[in-house]
Amino acid sequence: MNNKGFSLKDLTKKRLFMPIACLVVVLLINLIKTPDFFNISINNGVLYGYIIDVINRGSELAILAIGMTLVASSSGGTDISVGAIAAVAAAVITNILSGGTDSVSEFHAPLAVAILAGLLVAVLCGMWNGFLVASLKIQPMVATLILYTAGRGIAQLITRGQITYIRVDAYKVIGSQFGHNPVPAPIYVAIFMIVVAALFLKYTAFGLYVQTVGINAKAARLVGLNPVKIQFLCYMICGLMAGIAGVIYSSRIYSCDANNIGLNVEMDAILAVALGGNSLAGGKFSLPGSLIGAYTIQALTTSLYAMGVSSDQLPVYKAIVVVIIVSLQSPELYKLIKHHKKTGAEKKNLIKEAVQS
Amino acid sequence: MKRKALAIFMCTAMAAGIMTGCGSSSSAPSEAPAASEAPAASEAASTEAAASEAASTEAAGSEAASTEAAAESESAADEVAKNDGDVLNIGFAQVGAESDWRTACTDSVKSAFSAENGYNLIFNDAQQKQENQIKAIRDFISQDVDYIILDPVTETGWDQPLQEAADAGIPVIVVDRMVDVSDSSLYTAWIGSDFELEGKKACAYLKAYLEAKGYTDAVNIVDIQGTIGASAQIGRTAAFDAAAEENGWNVVSQQTGEFTQAKGQEVMESILKQSDDVNVVYCENDNEAFGARDAIEAAGKKVGTDIANGDILIMSFDATNAGLTDTLDGSILVNTECNPLYGPVLTQYVQKLKAGETLDHDSYIAESQFSADDTVTSVNVDGTDYPVTLLTQDVLDARAY
Repeated sequence: MNNKGFSLKDLTKKRLFMPIACLVVVLLINLIKTPDFFNISINNGVLYGYIIDVINRGSELAILAIGMTLVASSSGGTDISVGAIAAVAAAVITNILSGGTDSVSEFHAPLAVAILAGLLVAVLCGMWNGFLVASLKIQPMVATLILYTAGRGIAQLITRGQITYIRVDAYKVIGSQFGHNPVPAPIYVAIFMIVVAALFLKYTAFGLYVQTVGINAKAARLVGLNPVKIQFLCYMICGLMAGIAGVIYSSRIYSCDANNIGLNVEMDAILAVALGGNSLAGGKFSLPGSLIGAYTIQALTTSLYAMGVSSDQLPVYKAIVVVIIVSLQSPELYKLIKHHKKTGAEKKNLIKEAVQS
Repeated sequence: MKRKALAIFMCTAMAAGIMTGCGSSSSAPSEAPAASEAPAASEAASTEAAASEAASTEAAGSEAASTEAAAESESAADEVAKNDGDVLNIGFAQVGAESDWRTACTDSVKSAFSAENGYNLIFNDAQQKQENQIKAIRDFISQDVDYIILDPVTETGWDQPLQEAADAGIPVIVVDRMVDVSDSSLYTAWIGSDFELEGKKACAYLKAYLEAKGYTDAVNIVDIQGTIGASAQIGRTAAFDAAAEENGWNVVSQQTGEFTQAKGQEVMESILKQSDDVNVVYCENDNEAFGARDAIEAAGKKVGTDIANGDILIMSFDATNAGLTDTLDGSILVNTECNPLYGPVLTQYVQKLKAGETLDHDSYIAESQFSADDTVTSVNVDGTDYPVTLLTQDVLDARAY
């Protein structure tokens, strides 16, 4: 008995316990409200079901969360320009493929060249953010605000304010499926990025460096690390991730809608990091936590759709759930409750003593 | 030193990025002539052979003003009225260039009020800011233009600038969006889209189509709404609600797709999982229709025109070039136009004002309806017949946007 209680306590103390618990709760509510939420079938050669939707549509967010986790950890700030960078990358790609016209039914340039160019531009955007934050020591929020506001303008300039359509089947692949493979392609892309990131963090000291810089940049410098370089790299990676997300966003709708691609997704990405139990003030981070956070947010969105909540009311419900989840993870809340209990108990004792005497 | 080099590199990289942005944007002017050629082409087509289209626009223009124009000067609603005599100075305050619809509108006005037609158009792009527009109107007044055309950014706040124009004796024609002023005589006329009529026409089409096909089973219809609160959404949804109730259509779901393809797809994806028997989708713009179609196809269902055999019908609005492309291949059954081509009708307005005639104070621009299916050739809304244009590649090629 005693032993069991102990192990449960240990379990709840685990870093990933709360994020996983939150995800499970969100999914459980679904099981009650929408019983067929977990049904999976193969429909038209593709896996089909709500749960597939969650994993499929959560791909972009998971990819963005990787970059955002590194940025938050290394610089103690957030990159709010990821949505705009995704739009810029998509604009560059569609514009190269379309050769400057609004709608094409064949590529004007090789697909690989266009995607590489788009990712390169995304990396450049990330480097710009990194330069402002790491070298010029501008606050991350302010530094990335520049591209947050200007990014969509740049994307509009590239697309001349039009929605550019690429009506070529090869362009739809990344957003739909590889050949006759039943698993949606975005899932593969997300898994690939997650595996690469995990291996990179596991087999190099980069993750450790990032945390060291995030905890104390001065101390990191004293032990021989270059904080500027590491922060710069983190922002660069974040830019690349935004670019990859942009490719998926754009491929899903085989066009570039510069106004709407990745709109408000930066907030979801930051939330994913926070829901994963990571501190936005920098320092220690957990990549699995962020990923669980990302899929939790997507599960929430999908389940609200499944319950027929209109997408314009979605943020309200999302906000309520997020407030609950984040406060459940806040140690301060527990301290407050403990304190309240303690004072309550003390009062009771005082009253008891008074009565007894 | 190293950091400096890095800084320089970054700056040049960013500059290069911006330059490429500008580089491609500078291709826009070179494209503009091509776009302005298109209306001319459509004119030629309509006067030459595509009698059906000309007839349709003429008949669809049963709104008092345009039929009057047609009767008086035997010109179709889409014909540019040329100006004889002294060059007329026209000031045009446009909202901005936020969508291809808006760009088509601007191009139409610019090409109609061209120098060859005897006009001098002073164009102002307000970049979605009302203060820019108010400034533009004051500029027009100080330049003493003959007429002002205003496509307002917002409805309110126009009393003062319009009063100034009235004091200067310059007639103001308001297009597209309304202005909300205390005294409606401050502007000479308003012309815009009738979104509710668009919705009614689409619903009337569906009703007529189902009747013609002899389809009497349940109609399970989904409404993917536009951005809630937008005037296009309000009008189109109101028409949908009324028609669904009147015809006993079973409304499966009504959710907003915010006028975007991605949201339309996501919403449709979710709706299809809730109910298996959806057979009509009413999308309130083309982008949502693309998303809905992709979601339907991903779910292993077929989009088409044969409802009796399990096809899902898609109805759409706006009739953009991309939307009509999909209408042509039958994946969108019917596409109801939201006409951006204000140029020709505005030239007629200006010529009438010049001739001392009075205009209808508020009127609607003629809008057509397109389908590649010839089952229904005209729809009846509130006692008026509106023809449905049979969409062919020629009709699509002849359109300006």
